[in-house]
Amino acid sequence: MSLLRIEALGLSIHGHEVLRDVSLHVDPGEIVGVIGESGSGKSMTALSVMQLLPRGARCEGRVMLAGQDVLSLRERALCGLRGQAVGMVFQEPMSALNPLQTIGAQVAETILIHERVGRREAMMRAAEALERVELPPERVALSRYPHELSGGQRQRVGLAMAIALRPRLLIADEPTTALDVTTQAEVLKLLKRLVQEDGMGLMLISHDLGVVAGMAERIVIMRQGRVVEQGRFGTLAHPYSRALLEASDHVPARPAHEGQAPLLRVSEVVRAYPGKRSGWRGRAAPVRAVDGVSFDIRQGENLGLVGESGCGKSTLARAILGLEPVEDGRIELDGQPVFDGHGVNRAVRRRMQVVFQDPYGSFNPRWSVARLVAEPLYLLDDPPKDAARKAAVAEALTSVGLKPEDGARYIHEFSGGQRQRIALARALIIRPDLIVLDEAVSALDVSIRAQMLDLLADLSTRLGLTYLFISHDLSVVRNVTDRVLVMQDGRIVEEGATAQVFEAPRHPYTRRLIAATPRLPVSA
Amino acid sequence: MSRTGLILGAVLTLLFTGAAILSLVWVPYDIEAMRIAERMQPPGAAHPLGTDHFGRDILSMIMVGARTSIAVALVAVGIGMGLGVPLGLLAAARRGGWLDEIIMRGNDLIFAFPSLLIAVMITAVFGAGAVNAIIAIGIFNIPVFARLARGAALSLWTRDFVLAARVAGKGRLRISAEHILPNLANLLIVQGTIQFSLGILAEAGLSYVGLGAQPPIPSWGRMLADSQTMISMAPHMALFPGLAILLTVLGLNLMGDGLRDWLDPRLRRDAR
Amino acid sequence: MLQYGARRAMSLMVSLLVASLVIFFALEIVPGDPAAYMLGINAEPDTLAALRAELGLDRAAPLRYLDWIGGMMQGDFGISHTYRTPVADMIAERLKVSLPLALYALGLSTLIAFPAGIWAAQRRGSAVDLGVMGVTQLGVAIPNFWFAMLMVLVFAINLRWFSAGGFAGWEAGIGAGLKSLTLPAVALALPQASILTRVMRSALLETLGEDYIRTARAKGLTRGQALRGHALRNAMIPVLTIIGLQFSFLLAGAIIIENVFFLPGLGRLVFQAISARDLIVVESVVMLLVFAVIVVNFAVDMAYAWVDPRLRGQR
Repeated sequence: MSLLRIEALGLSIHGHEVLRDVSLHVDPGEIVGVIGESGSGKSMTALSVMQLLPRGARCEGRVMLAGQDVLSLRERALCGLRGQAVGMVFQEPMSALNPLQTIGAQVAETILIHERVGRREAMMRAAEALERVELPPERVALSRYPHELSGGQRQRVGLAMAIALRPRLLIADEPTTALDVTTQAEVLKLLKRLVQEDGMGLMLISHDLGVVAGMAERIVIMRQGRVVEQGRFGTLAHPYSRALLEASDHVPARPAHEGQAPLLRVSEVVRAYPGKRSGWRGRAAPVRAVDGVSFDIRQGENLGLVGESGCGKSTLARAILGLEPVEDGRIELDGQPVFDGHGVNRAVRRRMQVVFQDPYGSFNPRWSVARLVAEPLYLLDDPPKDAARKAAVAEALTSVGLKPEDGARYIHEFSGGQRQRIALARALIIRPDLIVLDEAVSALDVSIRAQMLDLLADLSTRLGLTYLFISHDLSVVRNVTDRVLVMQDGRIVEEGATAQVFEAPRHPYTRRLIAATPRLPVSA
Repeated sequence: MSRTGLILGAVLTLLFTGAAILSLVWVPYDIEAMRIAERMQPPGAAHPLGTDHFGRDILSMIMVGARTSIAVALVAVGIGMGLGVPLGLLAAARRGGWLDEIIMRGNDLIFAFPSLLIAVMITAVFGAGAVNAIIAIGIFNIPVFARLARGAALSLWTRDFVLAARVAGKGRLRISAEHILPNLANLLIVQGTIQFSLGILAEAGLSYVGLGAQPPIPSWGRMLADSQTMISMAPHMALFPGLAILLTVLGLNLMGDGLRDWLDPRLRRDAR
Repeated sequence: MLQYGARRAMSLMVSLLVASLVIFFALEIVPGDPAAYMLGINAEPDTLAALRAELGLDRAAPLRYLDWIGGMMQGDFGISHTYRTPVADMIAERLKVSLPLALYALGLSTLIAFPAGIWAAQRRGSAVDLGVMGVTQLGVAIPNFWFAMLMVLVFAINLRWFSAGGFAGWEAGIGAGLKSLTLPAVALALPQASILTRVMRSALLETLGEDYIRTARAKGLTRGQALRGHALRNAMIPVLTIIGLQFSFLLAGAIIIENVFFLPGLGRLVFQAISARDLIVVESVVMLLVFAVIVVNFAVDMAYAWVDPRLRGQR
C-alpha cells in the first residue's frame, strides 16, 4: 500500500485555480521527484499534503496519508500528523529557523509537541536527531543559535526537526536550491541515507532535473498546476518532458573562438574589506575578498568565472566595472586603466556593460522601458537626442527580440525572461565591447534560460561581443564558454580551456566542484 | 475595507479643507462681532452648533479655526519634508561617512528631547503665535522624515538598478534624485499625511495652553480651553471643536492608511 | 553581551554630554534677562547688577556651564531664581506626581495593548479585528486633553466618582493619590494604548508570515502554539521600541493633561518657570527629562539584546 496517495487533487486560492487533477503516490522507502518550472504547482502540492496552504485555499479530491484522507481531517488531527507522520523541509535555510531559539530547543520542540516527555529527555533525543543529520553536538552544540551556523548546517537542523520522530513520509521542497553545489551534494547524500535507513518515503521537489535524476526512482513532471507525465527517468516521453530535458542541458550553437589579442587585462588585483570589530578598538585582519587575481579576456571570447558563494567572484566583477576601488593591482581595457587617478575612466567605462542576476531588482519600477534602456547613453559625451535616441532604443530592443513599442511600457508588465532581455538591451545600447554577465541566467526557468543562452550566443557572434560569464552553475558554464576560471577564497585556482578543465581538472577544488555538480544521465 | 477607509478619510479631509477654504470668502456669522444677548445658546436653527460665551457662532469659528489648524500643520510638514528628506537622502548616499554620522546623531539628539515640552518652550520663549507654533512642530518633523528617507533609501541603494545607474556613470547625487527619490514618493505621501494629522493634534494642544495662534484668530485648541470652565453649563462649546479635531485627524489617518495599502503593490497583491 | 552593553553605555555618555551643551547654550541665547524679570521694570541698575552677581549671571558662560554640570553630578541643581528654593527639591516634589502618572499610564497602555493586539492579529480580518482596529483608529485621532475634558464632565461633574482636578497628595494615602491620578492616566493612556495595539498587531502579523512559523507549523504546532512559542518574541523588537518612546513621552508630555487636571507635575513646573524666565529650573528639568529619555533608550537597547541573540555578539 502506498504511504501517500494523492488522487485527483484540485486546489484553488481565492477562486483562482492553482492545481487540477493532480494524482501521484509515494511508497515506503521510495524517492519520488517532483519537477516543474515556477508556477507549476509543485510546492502547492506539497503544502496541500501538509494542509499548510495560504488563506483562501480550497482543496478537492483525496490525499490519503497513513490510511486517512488529510482533506477531511480537522485541524486538531492534522497537528497530530504534522511532524509525527510526515515531516517537511523547506528551501530557505536562512529564514526557516526561529532566530531567537537555540537549535536544540527547536529540534526538541518536535518531540515535546507530540510526546509526553520531559525537557531533558527531549533534548537528548534532539541531540540524537542532530547526530543522524551529521551535526554531532560535540561539533555544533545544542545551545547554538541559527545565525551562528552556515547555510548547510541550518538546512541539516531543519532536516533534524523533520525527522526527529522518524516520520514515514518526508517532503523536501527545494531543499538544496539555496546551497552551494558541494553542500548540495552532501545534503542529497544525507537524504538518500536517511531514506535507506528508515524506510521512509521521500517526496523531493525541485526545479533542477539534474538533482532529481540522480536521486529519484520515479519522476513526476508538473506544468501549470497539472501532472504532465510520471515514470522512471529514462522513460519520459511527453514532448514537454523532452523539451525540459533538452533545455536543462542546452548547448547553444556557437562557432569556436580563436585566440586573439587580450581585451581586458586584470593583474594582481586585491580588494580587501576591513575586518570585523573586536574588543574596544581592535579589528580583525582585513578580509581579502579578491586576493591577487590576474587573468586576460581575449577579444570576442566567452570567459567563464565559476565559484561558490563568497568566493569573491561578484566583488571581482564589480571591481572590473569600476564600481569598487581596488587596493592593489591594475585593471585595463585595451591598455587603458579602469581607474585613472581619482575616479573611474569614462572612456573605458562606456566600453563595458553588465547584466545582473535579479530580473526584478534590476530596474527602477517608475521608469519606462525606453528610459531604462537609454540610461547608459549618459556615458557618451554627446548623447543622442530625440529621434536618434528613440532609434537607438528601438534598435537595442529589436536586437534582443522585443518590439520597439515595448519601450513605452513599464517593467512590471514583463516576465522574468523578458526582463533579462531588457537588461541585455540596456547593456547593448552603447555598443560595448565587453559585457559582464553576473549570474545573468541563474534566476530563470530552464526553458527561458535556454532561449536566453541562444540569444547571447547569437549576439556574441553577430556583434563580436566579449562576455565575462559569471556563474555558480557549472553545467551552464560548461556549455557556453571558451575558457573558464575557477575561483576559491578570492584566488583563481585553475584556468584553462573549458573542455579541458571539465574533462581533466587539475586542482583538487575544481575536481570537488565538478564531482558535486548534478548531471543528467546520458541514457535519457 | 481599506478602500472604504480611504474614501471615508478623503471625504472627511475634503470636508474640513473645503470648510477652511470656504471661510476665506464666506462664514455664516462674523466671528469678531460679539452678541452677548445670544451667548451660550445650544445648537438650534439660527446657530447649528450653538454660540460661545461671547455669543459668537461656533460653526463659523470652527470653519475659520480649520484654516489655522490646516495652515500650521501643512507648513510644519513642509518644513519637515523639505529639510528632512534631502538630509536623509544625503546620509544614505554617503552611508557610513562622516556626513551620515552627523546627520543621524543630530536626529537622535532631536528625538531625545521631549517634543511637546520643547514646543512649549519655543513658543513660550519666542512668543506665542502661529509662526512659532509652526517652527516648534516643524523641527520635530525633520528627523522623522530624515530617518524614513534614509532607511528607505538605504534599501533602495542595495538594489541592482542603482548599480546599473552607476555602471551608466551616474554620480551619487544624480542617482539620489533620479532613482531614489521617485521610489520614496509613496512612502513620503503616506508619512506626510500622518505627520499632518499629528501636526493638527500638536497645534490644538499648543493653542489649548495658549501658545498657538493668538486672539482674535480663532483656533480649535483655544475654543476648547475657553469652554473648559463652562463645560457643565454649555457642553456644546466643548463638544464641537473637539469633534472637529477628532474628525480631521481621523480623516487624515484613514487616508494615510488607505493610501499606504493602495500605493504599496506588495500589500495590494496580498489583499487580492 | 558585556561588550554590546559597554558600547551602548559609551554612546549614552556622549549623547548626554552633547544634549547638556545644546540645552545650556540654547537657553543662553534666549531673550530676556532673568534678573530683570525678577526685579520688574523699575529696577535700579546697581540692584540689578548686584542680583546678577548673586545669581552668578555675570560670569562667563563656559564657567557657568561647568558649574551647572558639576553641580548636577552631585545632585545640586542650583537655586531657583524666582522661588529661592533648591531646584532639586522642587523637581523631587513634582516627580512624585509625574513619575507615578507616567508609570500608571504606561501600565494601562501595555495592559490594554498586549491582549488587544494579539487578539486582533490572531483573528485577522474578522469582526473582532475590524472592531479593535476601528477603536484604535479613534483612539489615535482623539485629542487627549479633549477626551480628558469629556471624562471630567461625565465622571467628575455628572457622576461625581472622581474629583475634577488637583492632586490629593500621597500623604492622604496611596488609594487617594491613585484615585486623583486615574482620570489623567486614562486620558494619557488612550492614544498610547491605541498606537501600541496597532504596532503589536502589525508586528505579529509580520512575524506570522515568516518562514520559521511555517516550519513550526510543519512540526505540528497549532496556530496558537506557533504564535505564543515563536511569533510573539520575534515581534517584541518594534513593540519594545514603542514602549520606550512612550515612557519618555509620558514623563514629559503630560504637560497639557496636567493643565486640564491642575496637577502639580513637571510639565507645569517648566511651563511656569519659562513664563518667569527662571532659566535654571527650565535647564534642569529639560536636562533631567533628556537624561530619562536617553537612559530609557539604553534600557530598550539592552532589552533588544536580551530578546535577540544576534545582537549579543556584535557591535
